[in-house]
Amino acid sequence: MDLKDNGMNFDDTPQEAAFRAEAKAWIGANAPKQYEEELRKSSLGRTVLKGANILEVAKAWQKRKADAGWACLHWPKEYGGRGSSPIERVIWQQEEGPFGKLSGMFIIGHGMCGPTMMAFAGEEEKRKYLPPLASGEKVWCQLFSEPAGGSDVAGLRTRAEKKGDDWIINGQKIWTSGAHYSDYGILLTRTDPNVAKHKGLTMFFLDMKSPGVEVRPIKQASGQSDFNEVYFTDVKIPDSQRLGAVNDGWNVSLTTLMNERMSIGAGVSTGFPELFDFCNSLMLDDGPAIEDRNVRSRLANYAVKASGLKYTSMRAISALSKGDRPGPENSIGKLVAGSMVQEVAMYALDLQGAAGVLSGPEDAEVAGKFQAMLLRAPGTRVEGGTDEIMRNIIAERVLGLPGDIRVDKDVPFNKIPTKGRA
Amino acid sequence: MNFDFSDEQKQMRDAARKFLAEKCPPKAVREVLDGKATYDKALWKGLAEMGFLGVAIPEEFGGAGAGHLELCVIAEEMGRALAPVPFSSTVYLAAEALLLAGSDAQKQKWLPKIASGDAIGTLALFEGKGNPSPQAIKLSAAGGTLNGVKKPVPDGAIADFAVVAARTGSTGRDADISLFLVDLKAGGVEVRSLTNIDPTHGQAELTFKNCKAEPLGAAGEGWGILTQVLDRAAVLMAFEQVGGSDRALEMGRDYALDRIAFGRPIGSFQAVKHILADMYVSATLARSNCYYGAWALSTNASELPEAAAAARISATQAFQHCSKNNIQVHGGMGFTWEFDCHMYYRRANATAVTLGSLSYWEDQLIDRMRKKNAA
Amino acid sequence: MNFDDTPQEAEFRATARKWMEANAPKKYEAELSKSSLGRIRLEKEEIVDVGKAWQKKKAEGGWACLHWPKEYGGRGATPIEKVIWQQEEGVYGKLTQPFQIGEGMCGPTVMAFGSEEHKRHYLPKLASGEHIWCQLFSEPAGGSDVAGLRTRAEKKGDDWIINGQKIWTSGAHYSDYGLLITRTDPNVPKHKGLTMFFLDMKSKGVEVRPIKQANGMQEFNEVYFTDVVIPDSQRLGAVGDGWNVSLTTLMNERMSIGSRLATGFPEMFEFCSNLMTEDGLAIDDPATRSKLASWAVKASGLKYTSYRAISSLSKGERPGPENSIGKLVSGTMLQDIATYAMDLEGAAGALTGADEEAASGQFQQMLLSSPSMRIAGGTDEILRNIIAERVLGLPGDIRVDKDVPFNKIPTKGR
Ligand SMILES: Cc1cc2nc3c(=O)[nH]c(=O)nc-3n(C[C@H](O)[C@H](O)[C@H](O)COP(=O)(O)OP(=O)(O)OC[C@H]3O[C@@H](n4cnc5c(N)ncnc54)[C@H](O)[C@@H]3O)c2cc1C
Ligand SMILES: Cc1cc2nc3c(=O)[nH]c(=O)nc-3n(C[C@H](O)[C@H](O)[C@H](O)COP(=O)(O)OP(=O)(O)OC[C@H]3O[C@@H](n4cnc5c(N)ncnc54)[C@H](O)[C@@H]3O)c2cc1C
Ligand SMILES: Cc1cc2nc3c(=O)[nH]c(=O)nc-3n(C[C@H](O)[C@H](O)[C@H](O)COP(=O)(O)OP(=O)(O)OC[C@H]3O[C@@H](n4cnc5c(N)ncnc54)[C@H](O)[C@@H]3O)c2cc1C
Repeated sequence: MDLKDNGMNFDDTPQEAAFRAEAKAWIGANAPKQYEEELRKSSLGRTVLKGANILEVAKAWQKRKADAGWACLHWPKEYGGRGSSPIERVIWQQEEGPFGKLSGMFIIGHGMCGPTMMAFAGEEEKRKYLPPLASGEKVWCQLFSEPAGGSDVAGLRTRAEKKGDDWIINGQKIWTSGAHYSDYGILLTRTDPNVAKHKGLTMFFLDMKSPGVEVRPIKQASGQSDFNEVYFTDVKIPDSQRLGAVNDGWNVSLTTLMNERMSIGAGVSTGFPELFDFCNSLMLDDGPAIEDRNVRSRLANYAVKASGLKYTSMRAISALSKGDRPGPENSIGKLVAGSMVQEVAMYALDLQGAAGVLSGPEDAEVAGKFQAMLLRAPGTRVEGGTDEIMRNIIAERVLGLPGDIRVDKDVPFNKIPTKGRA
Repeated sequence: MNFDFSDEQKQMRDAARKFLAEKCPPKAVREVLDGKATYDKALWKGLAEMGFLGVAIPEEFGGAGAGHLELCVIAEEMGRALAPVPFSSTVYLAAEALLLAGSDAQKQKWLPKIASGDAIGTLALFEGKGNPSPQAIKLSAAGGTLNGVKKPVPDGAIADFAVVAARTGSTGRDADISLFLVDLKAGGVEVRSLTNIDPTHGQAELTFKNCKAEPLGAAGEGWGILTQVLDRAAVLMAFEQVGGSDRALEMGRDYALDRIAFGRPIGSFQAVKHILADMYVSATLARSNCYYGAWALSTNASELPEAAAAARISATQAFQHCSKNNIQVHGGMGFTWEFDCHMYYRRANATAVTLGSLSYWEDQLIDRMRKKNAA
Repeated sequence: MNFDDTPQEAEFRATARKWMEANAPKKYEAELSKSSLGRIRLEKEEIVDVGKAWQKKKAEGGWACLHWPKEYGGRGATPIEKVIWQQEEGVYGKLTQPFQIGEGMCGPTVMAFGSEEHKRHYLPKLASGEHIWCQLFSEPAGGSDVAGLRTRAEKKGDDWIINGQKIWTSGAHYSDYGLLITRTDPNVPKHKGLTMFFLDMKSKGVEVRPIKQANGMQEFNEVYFTDVVIPDSQRLGAVGDGWNVSLTTLMNERMSIGSRLATGFPEMFEFCSNLMTEDGLAIDDPATRSKLASWAVKASGLKYTSYRAISSLSKGERPGPENSIGKLVSGTMLQDIATYAMDLEGAAGALTGADEEAASGQFQQMLLSSPSMRIAGGTDEILRNIIAERVLGLPGDIRVDKDVPFNKIPTKGR
């Protein structure tokens, strides 16, 4: 795919075609076909398999891919990847199709923790920790947000204090996705509360089984428990597990967050394909839903948003594959998709009339699916940067508008107003 | 002109708010949400004792004989508190149907029990996906017995009786539909609970097998009565939705004042302020439309069909809007089970469809405005 | 709760109706019925002239500025009577547009802060439309930020000498008087150094330059002041208290309830009821219906919100802040409606010739005028701030310009 030099085209080059054929053949021979149907039907907020533990199925699939060189394709071989180009990675994702939905639990590890390790860990640590991360044997989580600071991550309070060659951690994280099944985590802490908030942070990685780490699941609005509170009581981390310099943790965390933005092709869920399928089969009082002008008008609106996002990410991939840094266009993905999923789901319920409320097993196919979307969507609009923070990022980092007037920036952390809640 | 509730009605609203704050705190709603009870029985009894269940039922039938404006202010408070009781099905649907079409004997049998909290009623209208329409009614009535399946029926699993819409003809006209009254405890009906997006309010499937039923209203007039019942319920439900919208707005406002990020209350960020201002706007528009609906309902004005549809649409939009943005203002906290935000979000999206969807009411509104203009 | 007229109200309505029957300029009725936002005009005559004649006639019959006291040219009517009058005045109300700023904002400010002598002298002529007033607040440096204005007033003997520039002044080109806010002390914080005056627009040194608007019309102006002399007796409120005086004006704007707020909905409903598309009437199309329904409930929501305010006013209560939502809701709505009306016509929606005039011309003018609704008299963003802060009690913005002397506020070197 090339948008400039030889004219725009979406065709595979001969090498790309060969790569695609190889991927297709391997998936044909190795994918866990028994789950294909169920995976195809799963959607945001509801990737479940009947009669099987999805975590185990996912880990087995990741391991099989890793053994054959199909895990974390764009990572260097020595760290468990394949050294592929960005376009090869997209081709792989296209071929992996619904089985890609099994990678949900690895997204944080592969998209954020891994790249941070790659940029800041010692060579020995990289060779030791990255391959099992790539192969899914070890699952990683991201321990940034705290009760006092989600948008305001740099307002965090978890303390790390040096004691000999170790650091002693005390404090609390919250909203940590997957902490309950994670083996490792990257952890942002405060090492100096006497300097400005962004200047006194330090990043580590740690074994989640370390003594003093306690994980308490939080029940979500949707009824599931995918995120957790994590408490640290005198947890010991060796200095060798520090990432970046002492007090340079904010810069390290920006790498993580930048990578989140770069983990393109991760395919944000918009709900459009599901709604389109649904309208294609739904009968209304006066004919097929897809024939109804109101339905069509709405579908068309959602369709162009979904395709706009898709082609925006294609543009970024093209840039990447030419060695350019992708522009900030990608930061719009989650912002657009979050509220779109919410609207799509509401409309799907609307189309069913009163029966839209039902969610039992026999209604799972449609109503239940869109309800799960509806209940999960508010999380999308918050996690990894709220809609408002995303708009600020676009305004400030893309359009070059000035930042908010700040009361918390150039003062020592322990002098920031807290309304008496120290 | 006087476009406001009277002082007595406002006092009643305050009394209802106080009562519900005490008897129906979020903790009580959660008992039902978590499946520990099918509805809040103590609250139901309490509502009866306060006279709220029968507020619009005439005194001769055991009610307080107040009126529909009084019912509106109570409905608003029920929505605000997310009261987990079969209020809407019993009071807006069943009681209204009886008042409109019931014989004296039928009224005597059920209305006093509704007012005293001894009978729960509902309306069995829908048969699967779709909106209110005579064509969609397949359940058949012949020789006083009903055969067919209704789903979803609000509060169907706990109801003592149901008003059932049935097919009594096949001419393809509205006159094919008649209403029946069924004592659900008298046999002939299989009841199955259905899970739904708002567990604080049950839904059920009712299967009628040669079930004995008595006609409610004249044969062939079912559709006309139903349309009126739905309009009346639409206004009352809209008040519940406005109550919920207001509460969601308040929760968001309070949180925005309390939560500190970046060294200042998040409510000092324009992004947050503007979200809340927009919530206020939609809640205010809905409230004003509801007041008009209340007037039309209480005076049985010829404007009722139009006013009811407008109130319903406006309130549905406002509740969906306010409840989803209340979560947004709460950030991660809003997405937890422990915070109450999701209960409002669930209720908003359930009430958006239970009387027929937003699209349906939009269609109705324009139809009605057109008819009025043509006339 | 009821919508019925009380016996007194019914009687008032009958009187108004009878007077209208006898006096309304019927020959413009058809044209006025078809006018809508951005396009209130008459084929053969100047709308301002016809408006002045109508206002004069109303004043003579006692129907101008009804809610004002009689001694100032009004009728001493109740809020509800004012609404009844507006209902009866119907389409002729569209003729009152040139007087709205005077009646809604300048008049009440003079009433609150002018001397008795001034009130008796100026208000009756304002009420009868003989004199048109304008509001000279906005400046190039400050529209939302009115308190950032720079027009200077300096005391010289018993007079004040004015130098500076105003902008966006609606109707300045045909106005006789203006309400003017100036800076009298630049050494104190911005809100503390302002003073309000009224002045004769024909004074020496006042120059009005019309600005061509985005919609092609010329309704607002730049106004330049060069050594304009205003006698101290035309000061409204204390020296340095101009901000408080201006808040009275702005509050009055918000309270001028029942003022006819265009939403575009009635025009749109009628348009869709008559428009034939390939497969039938537009109003039968589900997509159109769904949109119409959403607009319908906004329009009715606004209407009944203002009824609620009128009810509380007539009980002697101060209306709540609900009214501040009107312009915020209707501005965007007009824009959306006009866009959709053009969409419905397909490519022909772009045409503006005489043939198209009847239908799409109306919506095109609406489309081009509606952006100004979202700016004039407080932008959408400022209104949201007002609602958030004054209604919901949220904190104000963090400010860099508030407690510093005006001449120390950062200006980016300008
Ligand atoms: C499903 C889910 C999974 C998550 N997974 C993880 C994870 O694995 N690891 C992790 O570290 N975190 C995780 N998070 C946390 C997430 O990143 C935070 O919830 C998010 O950043 C918001 O922070 P907060 O919850 O403290 O809300 P707050 O920051 O308190 O935000 C509350 C409201 O204020 C607004 N606001 C705050 N600051 C500003 C501003 N400056 N300008 C305008 N508006 C503002 C917000 O937009 C929001 O509307 C997860 C969250 C969710 C919902
Ligand atoms: C690319 C990017 C992606 C992000 N993704 C998320 C996300 O997924 N979830 C989330 O909750 N938050 C995310 N954020 C962080 C989000 O912007 C913060 O919540 C927000 O910046 C508030 O933090 P702050 O105001 O304390 O820091 P800021 O005031 O924004 O930054 C503090 C200091 O960090 C440095 N800095 C900031 N950005 C950059 C940059 N791009 N390059 C170099 N230096 C920089 C500057 O020196 C700045 O003075 C992201 C930020 C960036 C830049
Ligand atoms: C048709 C028309 C008629 C008018 N008639 C008159 C008149 O008769 N007399 C008179 O005095 N004025 C009049 N005005 C001026 C009008 O009041 C101002 O244009 C308006 O207040 C906006 O000011 P501005 O143009 O300086 O824009 P700015 O204030 O520069 O606003 C530019 C943008 O910035 C935003 N903005 C500014 N400050 C903030 C803030 N604190 N928070 C968030 N956003 C902000 C605004 O919302 C807007 O989007 C008229 C305007 C129009 C369009």
